[in-house]
Amino acid sequence: MKIVIGTGSCGIAAGANKVQVAFDAIIAEKGLDLRVEKTGCIGTCYLEPIVDVVDDGGKKITFVNVTTDDTRRIIEDYIMGENELKELQISESDITMIGKQKRIVLRNSGLINPERIEDYLAVDGYLAAKKCLTEMTPEEIIETVEIAGLKGRGGAGFPTWFKWDAAKKSPGKTKYMVCNADEGDPGAFMDRSVLESDPHALIEGMLIGAKAIGANEGIIYVRAEYPLAIVRLQNAIDQAREKGFLGHNLFETGFDFDLRIKAGAGAFVCGEETALIASLEGERGMPRLKPPFPAQKGYWNKPTNINNVETFANVPWIFRNGGDAYAALGTKESKGTKVFALTGKIKKGGLVEIPMGLTLKDTIFDIGGGIKEDKAFKAVQMGGPSGGCIPASLLDTKIDYAEITKTGAIMGSGGMVVMDETTCMVDMARFFLDFTCNESCGKCTYCRVGTTRMLEILNRITQGEGRDGDIERLEELCYKIKDGSMCGLGQTAPNPILTTIKYFRNEYEDHIYHKKCTAKSCKPLLIYTIDKEKCVGCGACKKNCPVDAITGEKKKVHEINQDICIKCGKCFSVCKFDSVIID
Amino acid sequence: MSHETREHHHEHGCGCGCQGERANPFAELSPILDHYADIPGSLITILQKAQELYGFLSVELMRYIALETHTSIAKVYGVATFYTQFRFKPVGKYLVMLCQGTACHVNGSKLVEEAVMDFLEIKEGETTADGLFTLNNVACLGCCSLSPVMMINDDTYGQLTKDKAIHILAELKEVASNETAGLATIEQEVIT
Ligand SMILES: Cc1cc2nc3c(=O)[nH]c(=O)nc-3n(C[C@H](O)[C@H](O)[C@H](O)COP(=O)(O)O)c2cc1C
Ligand code: SF4
Ligand code: SF4
Ligand code: FES
Ligand code: FES
Repeated sequence: MKIVIGTGSCGIAAGANKVQVAFDAIIAEKGLDLRVEKTGCIGTCYLEPIVDVVDDGGKKITFVNVTTDDTRRIIEDYIMGENELKELQISESDITMIGKQKRIVLRNSGLINPERIEDYLAVDGYLAAKKCLTEMTPEEIIETVEIAGLKGRGGAGFPTWFKWDAAKKSPGKTKYMVCNADEGDPGAFMDRSVLESDPHALIEGMLIGAKAIGANEGIIYVRAEYPLAIVRLQNAIDQAREKGFLGHNLFETGFDFDLRIKAGAGAFVCGEETALIASLEGERGMPRLKPPFPAQKGYWNKPTNINNVETFANVPWIFRNGGDAYAALGTKESKGTKVFALTGKIKKGGLVEIPMGLTLKDTIFDIGGGIKEDKAFKAVQMGGPSGGCIPASLLDTKIDYAEITKTGAIMGSGGMVVMDETTCMVDMARFFLDFTCNESCGKCTYCRVGTTRMLEILNRITQGEGRDGDIERLEELCYKIKDGSMCGLGQTAPNPILTTIKYFRNEYEDHIYHKKCTAKSCKPLLIYTIDKEKCVGCGACKKNCPVDAITGEKKKVHEINQDICIKCGKCFSVCKFDSVIID
Repeated sequence: MSHETREHHHEHGCGCGCQGERANPFAELSPILDHYADIPGSLITILQKAQELYGFLSVELMRYIALETHTSIAKVYGVATFYTQFRFKPVGKYLVMLCQGTACHVNGSKLVEEAVMDFLEIKEGETTADGLFTLNNVACLGCCSLSPVMMINDDTYGQLTKDKAIHILAELKEVASNETAGLATIEQEVIT
């Protein structure tokens, strides 16, 4: 019998390491013959820490939201006793939710130990690579990926086979295979989870791609904020090298391929291919004009192919199951599955992998369990700073590259942030502009100055100083920035504004003309008053008001002088009797 | 390049601020420079390792790296300032990284930030007078489903509220003051 604990970054943040220590202590205390093992994460973050108890026959019982106190009960009552501990077990509805997914990229996540290559080998790991290296020509490999219809999962959705073919045909002996693990969209963590939970799937995918394009060296560019991912990946690379899946003369075919990690240093624009290459070369990560494309002139001016983590993680599955099997999933133009990070105001937040073609509604309500506290759904943000907000009226949109693009958002890398009635859409646009404005590399005037001007306007609007004509000014700037920027960052930076103006123009108008934020989120637009019925005269608000806007004697009703109030919200947070009202 | 040459450089106007009379203040960096200085494209890696060793990149340190890698100080400074990971001032004992990514923003990270700034009496990017806490905003720590999230040194704390965040900081403060008082360290309780 063994105990398996989910230890992705999320699991650890939820307390998985403490749970593991607690198990170890009880096992030692009782002298039990029980192994405690690690696995990655299954994606149901809202259930972490997750503990599986697997008996010798392979039967698995899953306990969720396990606390250190629960560990003793699991050992004494369940493992040593007869109590099923139903109340700690995963619920039927959660099992159904996981069952509605189609797991290709996440096939091993939360099931195998990411720190042991033996676990990966036991689920047929590296067999696809062996087949590609020993039995297939580069042309055949590329053809299979074409049949599968795999498109890049990093955001733009470019056909993978086409990029591989271009890099293969590019003249030159030295070529590079690069993995983009920069995962810049703030609010998405699909790639982190693959790196932490199934690093060998990425390595195997890169090896197959390297064979196809003829690269002998690979680099994985990982975001600096992912320390655990870097450790697990390095460990996996070392093990793969030891077992002969990386290095010289692989599978005795004479083909050489080795991999190394380069840690990024925190710059969103480095997710752009040419900027990523500049960063790999130790420079400032500034994009350059394309063409030449990386396939012609990439890392050190050699032909280079760059793919996203999820793109590579699909590859071994495609070769074990056939391109046709992959193409059988999804829609006409978008094949296979896509992993999404469902977050925000969602009940069951986490990672979900679904076949393309499901609707947004299916994803958010059936799989994600709907909106927290059953509030009203307002919008879902897809594509991060390059994407947009999709309103409730478009919830039947299918998850498909072209369909999502039609809404004004983009498929993006897989961030899906759900918003409810308390999220202000103007503030959302301001939030993303704040991000892109900070992250602009500064090369193009439109991107550098244009985003700054747009941010200024949005700041004004959310502070109650919006003016007539602001919406039109924003729209004009949006189109100019799209045209005047060189790389994807600038070209897509206006999307969050354009989509919110398109679908939520009334909110902009409320802010500008009526100085009102219906979501009650923009503080300067709120009016604070004290409810005469409820106020007990405790004086807490008066004591805490930084500008002495509140008058009233002890035990008598207090009042706020609107001319003095700076709308800081202190009185609201300190009042224990809910007497301060926001309007 | 060998270790000796590095010492030699130091004595003859290394730029570290000395007149050749002190021992190399960056001696610990030597093995790293030995390994990377001549591999093209290693500047970011060298800066990362240097920051790991010294906590931040001082002007002297950057000048020294420029000299040893045969690049200009402008180039080193230019690269270092491009990336948000690099710091140019010392950091406190606890580096508090408050996530301001989309998921955390939607779930109220601004309120947490305000409360933390109030409690520590510093703004983002600053360090408290007692040198205990440095406050930094970051974009997404990858634990979005537990948002709002903050990371303090190597520990991640999720599902924060104003009160919870302050409780965590207050506890760390107490641990630190007990340490300086020479008492045994209390095992820090991780609240999630
Ligand atoms: C500003 C910007 C940021 C990007 N960030 C990422 C990223 O974090 N991860 C990623 O895989 N692709 C990112 N991309 C897309 C990459 O440039 C590139 O298209 C992708 O890595 C190619 O891999 P794929 O074909 O497998 O999708 C970004 C693009 C732009 C313009
Ligand atoms: S569009 Fe913006 S980020 Fe891209 S190259 Fe121009 S200035 Fe840099
Ligand atoms: S919102 Fe702030 S300024 Fe206004 S009355 Fe309340 S505490 Fe005073
Ligand atoms: S539990 Fe791992 S991604 Fe959330
Ligand atoms: S948005 Fe805060 S952890 Fe991702």
